[in-house]
Amino acid sequence: MSPDTLARWQFASTTIYHFIIVPVSIGLALLVATMQTLAYRKRGSEGGAVWDRVARFWGKLMLISFAIGVVTGIVQEFQFGMNWSAYSRFVGDIFGAPLAMEGLIAFFLESTFLGLWIFGRDLLSARVHLATIWLAAFGSAISAYFILAANSWMQHPVGYRIDPATGLPQMTSIWKVLTQTTQLVTFSHTLLAAMLTGGAMLLSVSVWHLRKDGAEVDVAHRQVAKMALGVVVLAALGVTFAGHIQGQVMTKQQPMKMAAAEALWNTKSHAGFSLFAYADVSKGHNKIDLSIPDGLSILATDHPGGTVQGINQIQAAEQAAYGPGDYVPTVGLAYWCFRLMIGFGVLAGLIGAALIVQWHRGRLLTSDRLMRVSVWTVVLPLLANTAGWLFTETARQPWLVYGLLKTSDGVSSNVSNTMVAFSLFGFVALYGILGVIAARLFIRTARQGIDPSVDIDADDGSSGDGGLGVSDGVLSLAP
Amino acid sequence: MRVIPAIESVTAVLPGFWFGVIAVLWAGFFLLEGFDFGVGVLLPWVGGDETGRKVALRAIGPVWDGNEVWLLVAGGATFAAFPAWYASMFAGLYIPLALILAGLIVRGISIEYRSKVATATGRAWCDRGMFVGSLLPALLFGVAFADLIRGLHMNADHQVTGGFFDLVTPFGLLGGLVSLGFFSYHGAVFLTLRTEGPVRDRAHRAARLLALPVVVAAAGFLAWSLAWRGGAVSVAVSALMAVALIISILLDRRGREGLSFASSAVVAVAFPVFVFASLWPDVIPARNHAAWSLTVHNASSSHYTLVVMTVVALIFTPIVLVYQAWGYWVFRARVSEGTVNPVARLPRPAVSASDAYQVTSPPDLPGAGKDASVAGERGD
Ligand code: HDD
Ligand code: HEM
Ligand code: HEM
Repeated sequence: MSPDTLARWQFASTTIYHFIIVPVSIGLALLVATMQTLAYRKRGSEGGAVWDRVARFWGKLMLISFAIGVVTGIVQEFQFGMNWSAYSRFVGDIFGAPLAMEGLIAFFLESTFLGLWIFGRDLLSARVHLATIWLAAFGSAISAYFILAANSWMQHPVGYRIDPATGLPQMTSIWKVLTQTTQLVTFSHTLLAAMLTGGAMLLSVSVWHLRKDGAEVDVAHRQVAKMALGVVVLAALGVTFAGHIQGQVMTKQQPMKMAAAEALWNTKSHAGFSLFAYADVSKGHNKIDLSIPDGLSILATDHPGGTVQGINQIQAAEQAAYGPGDYVPTVGLAYWCFRLMIGFGVLAGLIGAALIVQWHRGRLLTSDRLMRVSVWTVVLPLLANTAGWLFTETARQPWLVYGLLKTSDGVSSNVSNTMVAFSLFGFVALYGILGVIAARLFIRTARQGIDPSVDIDADDGSSGDGGLGVSDGVLSLAP
Repeated sequence: MRVIPAIESVTAVLPGFWFGVIAVLWAGFFLLEGFDFGVGVLLPWVGGDETGRKVALRAIGPVWDGNEVWLLVAGGATFAAFPAWYASMFAGLYIPLALILAGLIVRGISIEYRSKVATATGRAWCDRGMFVGSLLPALLFGVAFADLIRGLHMNADHQVTGGFFDLVTPFGLLGGLVSLGFFSYHGAVFLTLRTEGPVRDRAHRAARLLALPVVVAAAGFLAWSLAWRGGAVSVAVSALMAVALIISILLDRRGREGLSFASSAVVAVAFPVFVFASLWPDVIPARNHAAWSLTVHNASSSHYTLVVMTVVALIFTPIVLVYQAWGYWVFRARVSEGTVNPVARLPRPAVSASDAYQVTSPPDLPGAGKDASVAGERGD
């Protein structure tokens, strides 16, 4: 096996895993902060008490996700050095800066205030306690900002020069690295995708309860369902719009990616947006192709007659620019990931819209088939996120840093295959076990539902268990 | 023009400055996460019954994640300021690092999920995870730092070439024992300071028992290490460590746990400083050929990057210190049984609270299925 294959597998599996969790954490953190804000603003009233119960319940679920996000993130921080040391040496001057800033500016904020939020409920004033969850949520969102800036630089390197002495890139403008267009669109797209994921999570759990309890359902779940529908529909629209702009940026900066995404082999104006294609790579054309007329031209250029470059032409152009070699990524993978991302995400938005319609017609509780499907909504954005990243990262191949460094040149040369295989196996096994534990815990907690009996005033002001533990009679373990 | 020499001297100073910053980040990590590791390693002994374990874990519950970020920032700062160091060190120390990461994963999940799992069996697994997940890093950080002091086999490209047996040496193992022993001691003193009741008594006893072995191992390690590479600074720092450790032990015997912890904190901070002082100006000394060593100068980033990072660090480090300190202030009250078990504060039954909550009850006790699962908290 070539030395980079194993390293790629390890990086891909640990990172995909991390990013299944991350959007749930980011989305839920912002939503829980919103719930607690509602509870705070309506405090003392019936409605405030409902939101308080909602915020506590969803806070619990958020923490289950956060824990996995945190521990899998630690691996991410060191993996670049372990498996990709040639890469680290090459890009460190630029890439390291956002990574270090992420730790110093975002992770400290997130972890410190999350601890204060969890255990400080009874020690801090309600207002300060509310501030802690916002700071933690803000910390997780800016951590996304910095890490995506690092990634965007790999997609589209800016703000650097090549040092004539060493041949390595050197940063010339941190401002450009942090605010280039690629970064701005990627961050918006990813953050909205996280909101879609968080909203879909709220939706799935509350619909499960609506379905189980029918008209008797706790009003709190109903409130959450309402909130979730708004979030899902708006975020789905937002992520589509952001994705459209991102597609245009990408067409300019990484034309090969767009061509691969569409399996568009030859340059074309009035290019259609392909719905289904079956490519014959060796011959360089598609066997079957079903498409929306002018769709791709509109996505990429905003004009039905816009010209979009094809894979064959870009391959020739890149060879002219970078020397002989194969510059075509795995077209099938790029093509299907792109479709699945859009398809799953849009489907989640449509489910949200359908639920809103039924709700308004007063038929929600009787449309069982729709409800049964909606319980699964959260799976869609999770798959869309993974597909989106798989597309972004694999369609960049063979480049690791676009135009500067190839993936095969980035791998650690002095780490043996055995070592990587060993750790790959170890991490996959460990992550697998954690996944099962976390999923079971999450599902069990979600099914228990919102505690009906929490009363803000009953909080005895002493324990992390809050009023929650006592009210459930759970501390009666004593014989 | 006077400015030019000034700029040049800044350029020359920045890599050294960042070497210092990274030492400080490790110092923060050893100081803070050091006692978290200690609490995890000692948990089976000082925790005792279920309530006791909750008390011990609660003492670190609110802060452990923030403490761990010191490590992440140390890693990130190394990447930004010394890419070649980051690359060579983590590829070179691949096996210990992979084990450390596995330990940190298991430990983080154990502490976070302990209050959420339903059964006593689940909690027992979390306790095991906490123990192993704390033990591995506590041991291996010492091994890794000792290996760095000893030097590694490298090639002309400054890449580490030595294999497993370059890492597992008697000196490395001694370093591991020192860090494991010291973190345990540090954790014991921390618990003595931060808790009340039986846990505090047991922690105090643990600190006493650990004192002598730690002193002996540390003395051996420091002497051996100075024999490898000792400059005036490392001699001074090692003397400081020895004195602070002994003072801490003596103060602990007198029941002055606050001051004892402060002294122990000095040792924790001095430990990485000692390592860094011994390395300087190398960041990874080549054991086979001195000229192949990776040094502060041949590993550092460009001037521009270092300036950017300096500005960022100068702005944000004070802010971080302020809010982390505030966090510790918020949680300043000693953790007692009443903190983790509100019921324990109700009129007590004839049996003592600690007996009443023993985990030895079988997991399938009625009601056990729900126990603690509703607590939305971690680590208590
Ligand atoms: C778009 C968002 C995003 C992306 C692409 C990544 N992460 Fe992440 N990461 C987060 C968003 C995030 C987060 C939301 O901030 C997490 C998840 C849950 C959490 O607690 O923080 C997190 C946790 C997390 C942690 C633990 C922080 C702590 O202890 O509090 C580390 C060290 C990393 N990540 C590092 C990385 C690296 C090196 C990545 C690149 C390969 C990466 N993450 C991709
Ligand atoms: C979080 C979402 C992400 C996912 C799901 C993801 C997924 C992937 C996948 C599947 C690959 C393998 C591509 C291939 O080898 O064909 C890859 C490569 C890579 N990605 Fe990402 N990535 C993510 C984010 C990031 C970020 C934020 C960075 C940097 C800051 C990054 C840096 C890299 C590097 C260095 C590689 C090269 C190693 C390799 O090719 O496997 N990735 N990523
Ligand atoms: C019509 C809808 C969408 C369009 C046109 C679109 C477009 C894009 C494009 C062009 C990229 C690649 C960017 C690059 O490599 O430079 C991308 C990446 C991505 N997409 Fe989408 N997208 C859409 C919907 C969604 C949905 C619904 C989700 C998730 C819920 C999603 C999640 C992602 C993620 C996580 C990435 C990888 C990170 C990134 O590069 O931003 N996308 N999308």
